[in-house]
Amino acid sequence: MKRIVRELGPPLAGVGALIAVWAIVAAFVSSSTVPTPAEVWSAFRGAASDGTITDAAAKTLLRLVFSFGVSIVIGTAIGFGLALNEFARRAVRPLVVALQITPFIAWLPLAVVWFGLTERAVVFVAVVGSFPSMTLATISSFGQVPPLLTRAGRTLGAKGWQLYREVIFPAALPGYVGGLQQAWGFAWKALTAGELITAGLSATGGLGQLLQRSQNDVPMLIATVAVIVVIGVAVEYVVFGQVDRHIRRKRGLLVEA
Amino acid sequence: MADRTEGAVAVVGDRDQPPPKLSLHRLVKTRRSVTGEIVPAIDDVSFDVHRGEFVCLLGPSGCGKTTILNILAGLDEPTSGSALLDGHPIPGPGPDRAVLFQEPALFPWLSVVANVELALKHVGVPQPERRARAMGWLENVHLTGSADAQPHELSAGMRQRAALARALAGDPDVLLGDEPFGALDAQARELLQNEVQRVWVESEGRKTFVFVTHNVREAALLADRVLVMTAAPGRLIEEQRIHAPRPRNLDDALVSRVVSEIHEVLMLEVSKGGAT
Repeated sequence: MKRIVRELGPPLAGVGALIAVWAIVAAFVSSSTVPTPAEVWSAFRGAASDGTITDAAAKTLLRLVFSFGVSIVIGTAIGFGLALNEFARRAVRPLVVALQITPFIAWLPLAVVWFGLTERAVVFVAVVGSFPSMTLATISSFGQVPPLLTRAGRTLGAKGWQLYREVIFPAALPGYVGGLQQAWGFAWKALTAGELITAGLSATGGLGQLLQRSQNDVPMLIATVAVIVVIGVAVEYVVFGQVDRHIRRKRGLLVEA
Repeated sequence: MADRTEGAVAVVGDRDQPPPKLSLHRLVKTRRSVTGEIVPAIDDVSFDVHRGEFVCLLGPSGCGKTTILNILAGLDEPTSGSALLDGHPIPGPGPDRAVLFQEPALFPWLSVVANVELALKHVGVPQPERRARAMGWLENVHLTGSADAQPHELSAGMRQRAALARALAGDPDVLLGDEPFGALDAQARELLQNEVQRVWVESEGRKTFVFVTHNVREAALLADRVLVMTAAPGRLIEEQRIHAPRPRNLDDALVSRVVSEIHEVLMLEVSKGGAT
């Protein structure tokens, strides 16, 4: 219990302070521009009970699982391939870096030309927005495998694929999980942005589209943004944060206060 | 540049015997310096190590002794000259030649006992037997209480003892040590030196140990034969046989005499200004 208070206390205090500042600002500004926290809360309650926001969130999450999965597979495969071959790495890595720097939004018009205002356009943008960071993280996670451990594994008799399974993959794991965490963030941003832009097509749905539809309903707009933020933070800290902490603690890489 | 024919101590067996366990002949290894020049790291080194012998390579840092050890382990290849194991060119690394590195090199994602079990796996010990055999090796180095700990939870000395257990678990013919006790405090070092000495004595001539060190006392304590190297490029300048009975300790008169003799050789080498 004490640990939970110690860990969650400061971030919760931060959120509380933010809501307090928001409430104060809202008290002085017209409620059509900045609604009060209470107004947003009731907009959220309404949208949650009639299913608007839960349906949209479910659609977005499903789409995310698919795009992120594709992005992990593509990013890891390319990253692993490039980690194995120095020539290929030096040839292709700059291109991946360029892709990584390119704002994913820049791909949207092209995605619409290629795929139309469809599901596939949204997924394409999410994948293109997140797989480069997965690739780069995979390359660097292999680059950070301590040569000493590889040599130790070889002297024990591990070679070929066995050396990868027993030494190199486990040694690369912390960096790889860090890469997943980062790529998740990119996929989440790209996906919601993609949904927002392709909102003209009612079939796609999702949280991004809800943003588009709520343009004249400021409390609903803020409630939707809040849901996007909360889901993003929750997956980041609860899923990846925990996995990352577990791995680091086991290996003595985590310095506990 | 050094003359390759002088200054080399050639110890080539010429009698009708089985080939030496390890044999280096006119070994040269070059490396690229910071400025891009190709410079010799070791220059014309020849020596044999016979089965069951305990040899220490002694020399200042940068004399190429780690390079020699890596070549013996199969982790590195000579630029020229030959490196033989039982009369055949040294193959890639394998569990017949275990290595104790300067750092313990335990796998941080495995518990202490799982590290030892991995070594057993590679010499074909079936899964159900591994745990018991690994525990036996840990008992040998007094670590049974830490079997389920992760390596980072152990002290530096305990980690290196776990590494020793892992290295010995595969029942290697050859144990190569790359200054494995250099980073330990005096007490932990003494404990491990005694442990290594005991394991070697108990192998009764089956196991060959080659350790690299810059510590004269350690070399005199452990080795049957000390090969003294000079720095940059590494060459052998002196060979000392030590006949003191075992188990030895650092206070033995014979051990201290060898220590002072080797010291004299080293001081003379330093006063000559080294090889360059």
